[in-house]
Amino acid sequence: MLTVQFLLLSAILFSIGVYGVLARKNAVMVLMSIELILNAVNLNLIAFAYRLQSIDGNTFALYVIAIAAAEVGVGLAMVLLIFRNRRSIALDELSEMKG
Amino acid sequence: MLAAEASYSVSQSAGWFLENAWLIPILPAVAFALVIFFGKKLPMKGSELGVASMIGSLVLAVGAAYQWIQRVDDAAGHSGSSLMKAGGESTPFVGPVIREWTWWQSGGVEFGIGQHIDGLALTLLVVVAFISTLVQIYSLEYLRGDRRYTHFFAALTLFSAGMLSMVLAPNMVQLILGWEIMGLCSFMLIGHWWEDQANARAALKAFFTVRVGDVGLLVGTGVLFFSANAWTQQNLGVSGFNISGLSAWAMSGDASQSALTWGAVALFIACIGKSGQFPLHTWLPDAMAGPTPVSSLLHSSTMVVAGVFLVARVYPVFWEGMSIPDTNINFIALIGGITIVIAALLAFVQHDIKKVLAYSTVSQLGYMMLGLGAGAWLAAVFHIFTHAFFKACLFLAAGSVSHSGSHHSFDMKKDMGGLAKKMPITATTWIISTLALAGVFPLAGFFSKDEIIDNVGHNGYQAFMIVGLCGAFLTAAYMARATYLTFFGEARGSAAGEHHDEHATDHADDHDSNDAQGHDDHGHDAHGHDDHASHGPHESPKLITVPLLILASLALVAGFANATPFGSSWERFKKYVEPSPAFVAAESTMASGPGEAIRVVGWPTAAEGGEGEAKAGCSYESPAPGEVCYFPAVSHAKFKWSKGLLSLAIVAAGLVSSWLFSIQYYTRRNRRLVGLTERSRVLRGGYLFLWNKYYLDVLYEKYVVRAVAYPIARAANWFNQNVIDGVVNASGRISRRVAGWVYRNIDQRVVDGAVNTSGAAARGTGEALRPIQSGKVNQYGALLFAAAAIGALVLVIINT
Repeated sequence: MLTVQFLLLSAILFSIGVYGVLARKNAVMVLMSIELILNAVNLNLIAFAYRLQSIDGNTFALYVIAIAAAEVGVGLAMVLLIFRNRRSIALDELSEMKG
Repeated sequence: MLAAEASYSVSQSAGWFLENAWLIPILPAVAFALVIFFGKKLPMKGSELGVASMIGSLVLAVGAAYQWIQRVDDAAGHSGSSLMKAGGESTPFVGPVIREWTWWQSGGVEFGIGQHIDGLALTLLVVVAFISTLVQIYSLEYLRGDRRYTHFFAALTLFSAGMLSMVLAPNMVQLILGWEIMGLCSFMLIGHWWEDQANARAALKAFFTVRVGDVGLLVGTGVLFFSANAWTQQNLGVSGFNISGLSAWAMSGDASQSALTWGAVALFIACIGKSGQFPLHTWLPDAMAGPTPVSSLLHSSTMVVAGVFLVARVYPVFWEGMSIPDTNINFIALIGGITIVIAALLAFVQHDIKKVLAYSTVSQLGYMMLGLGAGAWLAAVFHIFTHAFFKACLFLAAGSVSHSGSHHSFDMKKDMGGLAKKMPITATTWIISTLALAGVFPLAGFFSKDEIIDNVGHNGYQAFMIVGLCGAFLTAAYMARATYLTFFGEARGSAAGEHHDEHATDHADDHDSNDAQGHDDHGHDAHGHDDHASHGPHESPKLITVPLLILASLALVAGFANATPFGSSWERFKKYVEPSPAFVAAESTMASGPGEAIRVVGWPTAAEGGEGEAKAGCSYESPAPGEVCYFPAVSHAKFKWSKGLLSLAIVAAGLVSSWLFSIQYYTRRNRRLVGLTERSRVLRGGYLFLWNKYYLDVLYEKYVVRAVAYPIARAANWFNQNVIDGVVNASGRISRRVAGWVYRNIDQRVVDGAVNTSGAAARGTGEALRPIQSGKVNQYGALLFAAAAIGALVLVIINT
């Protein structure tokens, strides 16, 4: 089943992305992991679109790609600003949000 | 008997004035509101509004009367000679101009307001508007400078509005409304100078005595409504309050006799209170405490006439309820007869000129009631009409005497006498009115009073005819006495120009100071008098004498409106005021608005004629189904000069004997007469009996009021102390205890506990959740994904 293989690949990518988000301390690496998660989702959408012979999934994937690009733009800008302020982009040092 | 079975339609187009007669009371009512709110800012302090509204009402009323006369003439013309009965002429029933709007609704019963215009209503409307106008003009001068000038005119205007709205009431509800407005205004006006304790008491007495009777009005209206409503709704489509409906119901023969009797008795009790009949007449003389124009208005055309009007208005109810045609004694005639005599006797012992007139009014009202009670409807209504003019004139003349002749004293014995020379106009008008009241031939009173006495005898009430004749003698006698004391003989007290000491203090009083202004008007400055005391009696100014002259001239000629002795062509009042006792088709009448056709079904035989007249027509036989009667066939006595001369002789005897007695007695020429009441025990007893007004006031105040009020007051006090205070105290104690318990248990434990617990819970939760807020993005992310994973897991489990 082609779909199952797509879904399996998507799940593996998602898991790698989650691991990256949780385990990496470098902010840029976290952003890249988020890209992986998003692409896993895209793959999922396209797989189902292919299986159901519907164009909706493809359309939705295009939207996700566009938003992912914007998200990366904003994320990198934030990382740049953090680096300028602290000379570091290690996330475990950022504890201003502690309540 | 119904010879002409042919039904006949009388089509009348009512004119503008007839259809809009409801405006007549609206004008003064609006004027009242304007006067009371803006009166003080106006140049004449609101009096101009009052006078203007009364003139407006008078114009409308006269216009309506004119159109009514045309309407009756049209109807008579239509009926034609072919429908004339052999025995005499029969006029068709001329439908009243009824308009009714829904005022309010309650429990499915509609209470209407509107107008019911017929000859009777128009007679009263014209008289009331006319007398009110003159009285207001007179008051302009009489109350000049009074401290409550504006309020006086406001109340006077509302008073007239109340009477006018009562007179044109189409149903009992509106009648009660007008009746009560008058009660209230009489209280306000009699107590106009309430600073004086006696005046305030008189006002209260008038109000409460009339209220006693008013209970009868409510009860009677209720009894009649509940008895008649079904019948009137079914046959005429109107409620049981409707006056036409009630009349038709009473005449229909379907009405229950006991309902009619009790309804009539209850209504008549209201009339006893309002019209000052025995034994509730005691308020009327005390009502003289009000300003004289008020007395004049109250006693001539409004207030006291209301009771007589009520009987005349729903006459069929009384006719059937009291069995007027079949008896020779009934409640109304009895009360009327008693009232005539006792009031006339009381008038002999009065020192106060206004009280003589007050008892005279009571006595004359007795004549009206006697007339109504004995079936002399037309004569009684005619007596209302004529009496209004000469009684108003007498009161205004008495006011004129006190205003300009006796320094605000009404005491005939102390402050009057010999005023005829000083006040010629006032004296002339007084004497004309006195003769009219006594019933001297061509003057107004002769035609109306004689008519009553004549018809009372004619209808089988012979005993009451004798009472009426006695009353005529007494009336002539006490009026001669009052005339002598006031205008003839030697001047006494203020009339002689002297001032008693009390006057110096009196004069500072507000209602007396009005003459300071008045005097300047009549040229007394020529004397250059600074001292008030130098100024003696003189004629009143024009604002007072002109109304007097108008009224006196009417007292001269008003009797010719229904001059029975000169033949039927003079009986205009009979033609235009008395409703015809014709049978009328039921469906054609009540639904008719103004100007609708009235279908007359049957004709009564003529009720005119001699002793052996056939008693037939409405009230002697029941109307056929689908037909109704609105008025009973009252009979009319044929005038005989022998009877007229007899009553004239009695009047003359009264006048002359009293006049001679007065000369003998009051000038103290005859030693045998002077002090007779001190010497003879019998006479002294009689005098005291009269002087104390038959001890009725004592009876009422000492016994009735005390018996009723004191136990009630004591019971109320006991109830107050024990029950109400007990309840209050107990509830206080209980609430205190409850409050303590509530404080301890509810407040402290439940409410505070809840607040504290929630605070502690929030704090604990906060403590527990604090470690999660590490500030580490990774941990947040881990939580997010863990939560998402759990959510996904739950979703999978649920879906499988």
